[in-house]
Amino acid sequence: MNLTLQIWRQNKPDINNNGNYQNGEGKMTEYKVADISPDMSFLEMLDELNEDLLKKGDDPVAFDHDCREGICGMCSLYINGQPHGPESGTTACQLHMRSFKDGDTIYIEPWRAKAFPVVKDLVVNRSSFDRIMQAGGYVSVNTGVTVDANEIPVAKTIADEAFNMAACIGCGACVAACKNASAMLFVSAKVSQLSLLPQGKAERKKRVERMVAQMDEEGFGACTNTGACSAECPKDIPLSSIARMNREYFEAKITSNNV
Amino acid sequence: MSSTTQKIAKDKKGWFVDMMTSTIGRKVLMALTGIFLCLFLIIHLIGNLQLLKNDGGTAFNEYAHFMGSNPLIQTVSILNFTFIILHIVYSIILTRMNMQARPRKYAYSKPAANSNWRSRKMMALGSIILIFLIVHLVYFWGKMKLTHYGLVEEGVLVKKFGTTDQLHLYDLVNAAFSDIIMVVLYVVSMIALAFHLSHGFQSAFQTFGLNHVKYTPLIKTVGYAFAILIPLGYALIPIIMFATK
Repeated sequence: MNLTLQIWRQNKPDINNNGNYQNGEGKMTEYKVADISPDMSFLEMLDELNEDLLKKGDDPVAFDHDCREGICGMCSLYINGQPHGPESGTTACQLHMRSFKDGDTIYIEPWRAKAFPVVKDLVVNRSSFDRIMQAGGYVSVNTGVTVDANEIPVAKTIADEAFNMAACIGCGACVAACKNASAMLFVSAKVSQLSLLPQGKAERKKRVERMVAQMDEEGFGACTNTGACSAECPKDIPLSSIARMNREYFEAKITSNNV
Repeated sequence: MSSTTQKIAKDKKGWFVDMMTSTIGRKVLMALTGIFLCLFLIIHLIGNLQLLKNDGGTAFNEYAHFMGSNPLIQTVSILNFTFIILHIVYSIILTRMNMQARPRKYAYSKPAANSNWRSRKMMALGSIILIFLIVHLVYFWGKMKLTHYGLVEEGVLVKKFGTTDQLHLYDLVNAAFSDIIMVVLYVVSMIALAFHLSHGFQSAFQTFGLNHVKYTPLIKTVGYAFAILIPLGYALIPIIMFATK
C-alpha cells in the first residue's frame, strides 16, 4: 500500500516558560509511505515512516506507545478525524492498515484539549488524569495480614459492572472525541469502578467530590451528552456511567459532612 | 511541572456554591430549567389551541385575559422568565467554558462518526429559538403589556370583554399570521425547537443521573414524541390561520 500522511508536527510544547498554556507553533505536514503491508498495525506503519525519516536525517515523528496490545492506554492518535481511528472498540495500536485503502490520505493529530497540552508532535501530557486519580481514585487498605479473597461478598452483577468500568485504560479518547473536551467519561468510569464495590465505600462521597473538583480545576469542558466519548471509547465504557457519576456527585454533595 | 497544570482543587466558596458552579452543577441547572420550559411549552400550546376555535376569538381572548390576570399564573410567569434567562445565561457560560477547553481545533475532524448533529448544535438551535422568542415577545407580549398598562393607544385591540374593556389579542394574532413572513418565521423556529427538544429532553434525564435499562428507552421515546408533537402543534396554528384567513 502507498499512502499519503498528513501529520501534526510541533516542536515547542503547549506549555510556555511561565507554565501557562499557550498554543505551540505547529502545522500539518505531508509525508509519503510506500510498500505498507495491510497486516501492519498503525503504529508499525509510523515506525516505517520514522525509519525513513531517520535515514534521511530528518526528525522522526514523536508519538506515544507502550504495550501495543490495547491495554496500556498510551497510544493517543486522532486518526482521520476520530480518536484511535475508524474502528470501534480498539486503540490505535490495534488498528491495522487493512482498514485503509491504497492511495488513501490519512490525517494524524494529537488529542486536542487544554488539559492535554502537546509535548511534541503527537505526544500529549496526560498528567491531568493522574491528578484526578490522586484526588480520590483510590481505596484505603489497612496494613496487616492478607485478608481472605472472598471475605467480603460481592454480587456477580455488581462485580461485572465494576469490572466493565475498570476496563478504562485512561487513554483520553473520550476527551479527544468530545466537542467540549470533557473528561466525564473517564472520571465517571473511575468513580463507578470504586464506588460500586464494598471496598470503595469508605471514601465514596469524598472521592466523587474531590475527583470532580479536580476535573474542573484541570480545565476540561462540561458534558452535553452528545455520546461521542462512549462511541469512541476503545473499552466501550457506556454513557450510563456519566449518569451514575452525576447521581453520586449530587448525593455526596448534599449528604456528606464536607462543608 | 508548571504551576497552572498542577493546581490542586480546594473547596472554595462552601459546598453549595461549589456544587452549583461545578461542571455537573451547571449542567443540572441547564437540565432543570430546560425541563421546566418543556412544561411551559405544554401549557402555552393548550392555550394557543383556543385560536383554532371558530368563534371569532372569544375563547382565546378569555384565555388571554385569564393568563394576564390570575395571580398564580402571574407568579409562575415570573419564574418562567427567570428560567428562560438562566437557561440562556448558563448556556453562554458553559459554551464559553467548553470552547476554552479546546484552544486549538482539529485540522480534520469527523464528528458525525460518533454523535448526531443536533446534539452538537444545541447552541445554534437555541439561538434560532432565542431570535424567535424576542420577535414573539415584542410582537405579542410587549404590545399586550403596553396596552394593558395604557402606555399605547391601541383602539382596535381594546374591545368590550364582559363588562370591562379588554385587549382583543385574537385580532393581533390574526393580523400577524396573515403575513407570510411571520408564518415562515414561526415554522422555521418550530423546526429548530423540534431538533433542540429531541436532544434536550432525553439529555436532561441523563444529566439528572436517570439512566436505567428499564426507563431510558421510554424516556427517549417520550422525548422524541414530545419533540415532534409540541412544535408541530405550535407550527400548525399559524399555518391554519394563514390558510383560512
